[in-house]
Amino acid sequence: MTDTPMIRMAAVDKHFGELHVLKDINLEVERGQVVVVLGPSGSGKSTLCRTINRLEPVDSGTIEVDGRALPAEGKALAGLRADVGMVFQSFNLFAHKTVVENVMLAPLKVRRQDKAAAEKNAVRLLERVGIANQKDKYPAQLSGGQQQRVAIARALAMDPKVMLFDEPTSALDPEMVQEVLDVMTGLAKDGMTMLVVTHEMGFARRAAHRVVFMADGEIVEDSTPDDFFTNPSSDRAKDFLGKILTH
Amino acid sequence: MNVLLDNIDLYARGFLGTIELFVVSAIGSLILGALLAAMRVSPVPILRAFGTVYVNILRNTPLTLVIFFFAFAYPRLEIADLSYFTRACIGLILYTAAFVCEVIRSGVNTVPVGQAEASRALGFTFTQTLSQVVLPQAVRNVVPPLANIQIALLKNTTIAAGFSVTEAGGIYQALSERGANVFVGLLWVAVGFLILVVPLTLLQRNLDRRWSTAR
Repeated sequence: MTDTPMIRMAAVDKHFGELHVLKDINLEVERGQVVVVLGPSGSGKSTLCRTINRLEPVDSGTIEVDGRALPAEGKALAGLRADVGMVFQSFNLFAHKTVVENVMLAPLKVRRQDKAAAEKNAVRLLERVGIANQKDKYPAQLSGGQQQRVAIARALAMDPKVMLFDEPTSALDPEMVQEVLDVMTGLAKDGMTMLVVTHEMGFARRAAHRVVFMADGEIVEDSTPDDFFTNPSSDRAKDFLGKILTH
Repeated sequence: MNVLLDNIDLYARGFLGTIELFVVSAIGSLILGALLAAMRVSPVPILRAFGTVYVNILRNTPLTLVIFFFAFAYPRLEIADLSYFTRACIGLILYTAAFVCEVIRSGVNTVPVGQAEASRALGFTFTQTLSQVVLPQAVRNVVPPLANIQIALLKNTTIAAGFSVTEAGGIYQALSERGANVFVGLLWVAVGFLILVVPLTLLQRNLDRRWSTAR
């Protein structure tokens, strides 16, 4: 049981019209592992992340989460998504709900928790991401970094088996990136299984167990952060690292 | 002033009827309109088709025809014996809901895709995504046009007078039977409607102000 990987993708292919955006993707993420996906824009890394909870359906191939193949759209898929936390580039907090209501909504409606328990848990999680004092504000009244931390708390409130991060810091002002990365690093230390699409090389070095490098819809390298950053084997990765590490 | 005071019973009964018709039809049309909008944005082709056909038929039929149908044609179908008041409400609700549906649907299009994606990612079903996340935001974005439709509904209730429902549109008839000055009497009816619209306008302004902080 514990041997089944948390995420397994086998021979996954996807097209956007003419564009072959995922080419024969094979990827396994073990329990408790933190995998960072790097790559130039347009390499398909965001799409890869979004196929894991079927926000993007794939053309062919198998995707399993915790040993279960992704079901078709419907109740079963909703049940699986409830166990997979997701954090978006653009936060996507519910604009008509306060911070604490954002965190409570899914536990109330999907998990059918009672209100007192959901609220207690929400406040605990907001404290964990350092934002409990803003709990009655609306998302639009918070800074980007604060909103993203609320979004992380909202995903954690479902007690997910795995967390997907789709470029969580790309829409943030530079001075707010660190507060979000700190929360993510804390999560990684606590043993959460994470797949993180990002451009934050510092985070990849510090918190990742594995680095997956993608280019043109393919996984080009799959190695430890040390190996990847000091000794990349492919030209594409060398070229990519050369561009981002020299400035 | 005498026309109003001498016939205050007529005015009171008439406007009470108008308010009853309006409140029932307003609530009914908002609920049915939201359901129809949900159908029109749903992934189920049959529901989408039903919503589209419904809107196109009801929106393009004169209200008088809809009301006449329920007044004179419906009883011949011998389905269930309904009061004039109930039938007037049904006609007004069915007609107004088509407009409410289209306004809410345009509101749905203003809600960013990411909102629905986030709720799907949290495990909400389609119905929950719509009812918890998308529709509440859609409605907040279309308060002014929704208020327009409800004001039009308030005035459309006068058509029910041709239906033996006691409401303000029928006051002039009773006035002329009593031999009162119909011209002045009608002016007072107009004043009554103006007064009835005020709370609607205030409600619209209040909702607009309250909900704008959420963005």
